[in-house]
Amino acid sequence: MALMYLKVFLVGGFICMLGQILIIKTNITSARILVLFVCIGAVLEAFDIYDPIVAFAGAGAVVPIVGFGRSLAKGAIEGVKQKGVIGALTGGLTATSGGIAAAVISAYLFALIFSSKTKKY
Amino acid sequence: MDNKERNLRYNKYVESKVPKTKEFPTLIYAFVVGGVICMLGQGITDLFLYIWPTMSLDEANAWMLIILIVLASFLTAIGVFDMIGAFAGAGTIVPITGFSNSITSPAMEFKKEGIIFGLCVKMFSVAGPVIVNGVAISVIIGIIYLFI
Amino acid sequence: MQNNRSTLFFKNKPMIIGNYSTVGSKEGHGNFSKYFHCVLDDDKFGEKTFEKAERKILEHTLNHAVKGANLTMDDINVLVCGDLLNQIISSTFAARKFGVPYLGLYGACSTMTEGLTLSAMLVDGKYVKNVLCGTGTHFSSAERQYRNPLELGNQRPQTSQWTITGAGASVISSEGVGHYIVSATIGKVVDYDVKDVNNMGAAMAPAAMDTLITHFKNTNTKPEDYDLILTGDLGKLGSEILIDLMENKGYNLRENYCDCGHMVYSDTQKTHQGGSGAGCSASVFNSYVLAKLTDGSYKRVLFCATGALLSTLSSQQGDSIPGICHAVEIIRNEKVKKWR
Repeated sequence: MALMYLKVFLVGGFICMLGQILIIKTNITSARILVLFVCIGAVLEAFDIYDPIVAFAGAGAVVPIVGFGRSLAKGAIEGVKQKGVIGALTGGLTATSGGIAAAVISAYLFALIFSSKTKKY
Repeated sequence: MDNKERNLRYNKYVESKVPKTKEFPTLIYAFVVGGVICMLGQGITDLFLYIWPTMSLDEANAWMLIILIVLASFLTAIGVFDMIGAFAGAGTIVPITGFSNSITSPAMEFKKEGIIFGLCVKMFSVAGPVIVNGVAISVIIGIIYLFI
Repeated sequence: MQNNRSTLFFKNKPMIIGNYSTVGSKEGHGNFSKYFHCVLDDDKFGEKTFEKAERKILEHTLNHAVKGANLTMDDINVLVCGDLLNQIISSTFAARKFGVPYLGLYGACSTMTEGLTLSAMLVDGKYVKNVLCGTGTHFSSAERQYRNPLELGNQRPQTSQWTITGAGASVISSEGVGHYIVSATIGKVVDYDVKDVNNMGAAMAPAAMDTLITHFKNTNTKPEDYDLILTGDLGKLGSEILIDLMENKGYNLRENYCDCGHMVYSDTQKTHQGGSGAGCSASVFNSYVLAKLTDGSYKRVLFCATGALLSTLSSQQGDSIPGICHAVEIIRNEKVKKWR
């Protein structure tokens, strides 16, 4: 159990650190990092590389946005397996619809209630 | 003097003057905060599996992501997330929390320009490219998979 | 190369007879806190949006500058005003409230010296008697127009600057008692092909160099002749670059040169390279600089606000950032007794 959490911490932290290295080295914006990591996740999944990482590190590989890309690719591949051509179009969004819907609805509700404040730092 | 050469030389000089980020500490902050967020996720997944032992791992993970997304959205709303982000950098951007933050923050920001044309239109001004590119690449992968 | 036409000499000595500055609470905790006339606790100033707050700060500042000169708005012949928001709405809407003849300016962060130059020209040419000149910015409205949403959890790059919440205004007149505006140099748009929108100081420093050298040549002065040479918002990095650039051209700025953006925040405030924005040079000039002129610490000041003339569109389309800088020379009038 404790070993699992250590693995989660190390793998998750390592992926975040890669992002931070990119920020420092290239002054990349956060939107670009997210795009890059999602694409990397999708490609790794397509080559069957990411599943073993998830099996090894659990949430350490699922929580980073790379995992979001992996779900998109995984959904598309499974969609193709089950439904053929149409599955390639429906699969990705079906697999990630829960996350996107949660993000949209919580953003909508919280934005209605709260307003942005001036940054402190 | 040739302007092009002058500009190149000036830009090179500016680059040498730019202060370097104290790299090592920010890497550690990103590592630790990112790792802790992932451990929190693992904890939520394990909790779900403990309470509902029949639940599949994928379903538990989906619940965990949703909880992290709503949590990050709430922290954004109360103005805490940007402070954590300023400290941790990629430590909060790379986990799914960063995705949630990049949807909630423009939504809040542009509320004053109206619900439809402000909040709803601008909601994806930061995270839109993520979904566009993610969906595009998933469709491409699906189609390639069809032929092999 | 350098022509004499770009420096104007004001024979009739237009005077700055009224001044006022308003800043937000972050600036109020900075290095110049005791010089600002008004420090706001609430950076929304009781308004609903940051844009409305910026407008109100500007209105408040303009109003009090006129009051400080013992005039009323009816005595003002022309209002010269600008800001950073699209279509300079803050100035325009402030002018709508006052019902004073109005000239809108856009000089990015150089608006204050652009305004002072124009005001001095109007007064020196005896076209009008009293001109009100001001500008203001708000951190949050600038941030949402030029950069990211406020609550986005990203790290600001090391070279970035912090747009000031604040405004400054001066009343320039041919009558009354005030420090003299003796000359001004109108700057050229200078572009050294800097493309990093987070490094405005580097984009503006060549423009500042160009204007400073033109001014020194046309007025036959050296940097040592001034008690203070003040740039607008080059920030820490930008002002170091300017010192290097000037040294290459044979001018030593190390003794009496300062930058408003670099000085306005204290080191503990984590603004990286310091302040920026039109309100930065405007608020510092209308508080600290005029106060120091009044108490005699400075006798001759060269004030050169710098501006980066970019828009979000131009930078997204890959254009570089053109810079501009106008210089205004101010000489102390010993008759000014009380600093308001």
